[in-house]
Amino acid sequence: MMQLQPEEITRYARHLSLPEVGLEGQLKLKQASVLCIGAGGLGSPVALYLAAAGIGRLGLVDFDQVDLSNLQRQILHTTGNVGKSKLDSAHQTLSQINPHIELEMHPVRLNRDNAMQLIQKYDVVVDGTDNFATRYLTNDACFLLKKPNVHGSIFRFEGQLSVFSPHLGGPCYRCLFPEPPPPGMVPSCAEGGVLGVLPGVMGCLQATETIKIILGAGQTMMGRLLTYHALDMKFRELKLRRDPGCPLCGDHPEIHELVDYDQFCGTASHQTTNDMHPDEVTVQDMKQALEDPTHAIEVIDVREEEEYQLARVEGARLLPLSQLAERYQELDPEQSYYLHCKAGVRSMKALEFLRQQGFGNLKSVRGGIQAWSYEIDPAVPLY
Amino acid sequence: MAILIRIPSSLRKWSDDQSSLSVEARTVGEALSGLIAIHPDLEAHVLSASGDVPGFVNIFLNAEDIRFLHGKETLVQNGDELSIVSAIAGG
Repeated sequence: MMQLQPEEITRYARHLSLPEVGLEGQLKLKQASVLCIGAGGLGSPVALYLAAAGIGRLGLVDFDQVDLSNLQRQILHTTGNVGKSKLDSAHQTLSQINPHIELEMHPVRLNRDNAMQLIQKYDVVVDGTDNFATRYLTNDACFLLKKPNVHGSIFRFEGQLSVFSPHLGGPCYRCLFPEPPPPGMVPSCAEGGVLGVLPGVMGCLQATETIKIILGAGQTMMGRLLTYHALDMKFRELKLRRDPGCPLCGDHPEIHELVDYDQFCGTASHQTTNDMHPDEVTVQDMKQALEDPTHAIEVIDVREEEEYQLARVEGARLLPLSQLAERYQELDPEQSYYLHCKAGVRSMKALEFLRQQGFGNLKSVRGGIQAWSYEIDPAVPLY
Repeated sequence: MAILIRIPSSLRKWSDDQSSLSVEARTVGEALSGLIAIHPDLEAHVLSASGDVPGFVNIFLNAEDIRFLHGKETLVQNGDELSIVSAIAGG
């Protein structure tokens, strides 16, 4: 029979005096295991509060390093840990907060080959990832393994929260959003920005739901979607229903195992490999093109105006990807263009779009203005 | 009927940063057409090429998803609120 040590009784005293938690509930938390996918904006408050609450075994999945631009919202990480792995940083912070819990760090990218094995070892999953492919993967793996999925997502000033427990009769993420938006339609937080406090609010709500699920207390967000808008300071609750036609949890399911999520979301990208794509050039090539007029090449910056104000490459012409469909006729199909963005993803999309419009001489600058800052001109700020 | 339509952050770029607006409509479909008439750039984000609501967008009449009512044919009443909820992935 698991018991609390004297130090734990003092530590969790404010929980123990809540009738809805008490000793029995605190022991449930101690016996529970939670996997948090992502140690970023949402994962930070989730992990901090779940560690403080005494979740017995807390797992984190993240493959990234701490970047200076993370610190505006990712409060697990500190200035001194910039450049270190997020999980080393998280481990350092969380073990300081609560030495009584077991921390399991999984420094991998969640994918269809490891998701089932990772998720099956935990009671509850918290989705704090930053992309659609991993969200659908997490949803499907949780359904197949009958694990509750505490969902949170954020963008700019807005957050969404729900609990997907299709094994208990509720809807899943696919019932809410049967298909992802086409790539490029919804900007990422890196492109569109996010209020630093926003993941704090939404992550705390996810941590609350996780604890309620473990305690069996109260009404979870199963079957409900909470939307939060920080500028309006409005929470709205919407009803979610299980979709009988859902290909995963519906009456006649078509999905019985994990699928290819990059293909499903249209995000299969050369950026995940180290190989140069035939349509790519390096920042050294861009430098030469800008310096040598005999190249007869023009550099087009496809980032947004706000990004251009923060950092720019002298000589590049701004034409945001979001305006390309309306403005591509400003470009000359006979001219050679090098397209660049922040990291090299949007410029490939711009290249593919322009090629469909009949442009022949196009290259995408690998690594974008980030690579330019690292390799050519450190005076160009990283953002 | 006067219907209030709420536009999420992710779509405000195409609504001149307007967060909500009122339109006259008898059905959800008419309300969406009214919205698109005012902000034509929103069309690609709330309707597919076939004119349906795409799978990455949900339209809620008050708190109910119109997919579980009568879709775009759902009748609306004076003072109803239509919320557009589009998929966001940030974390």
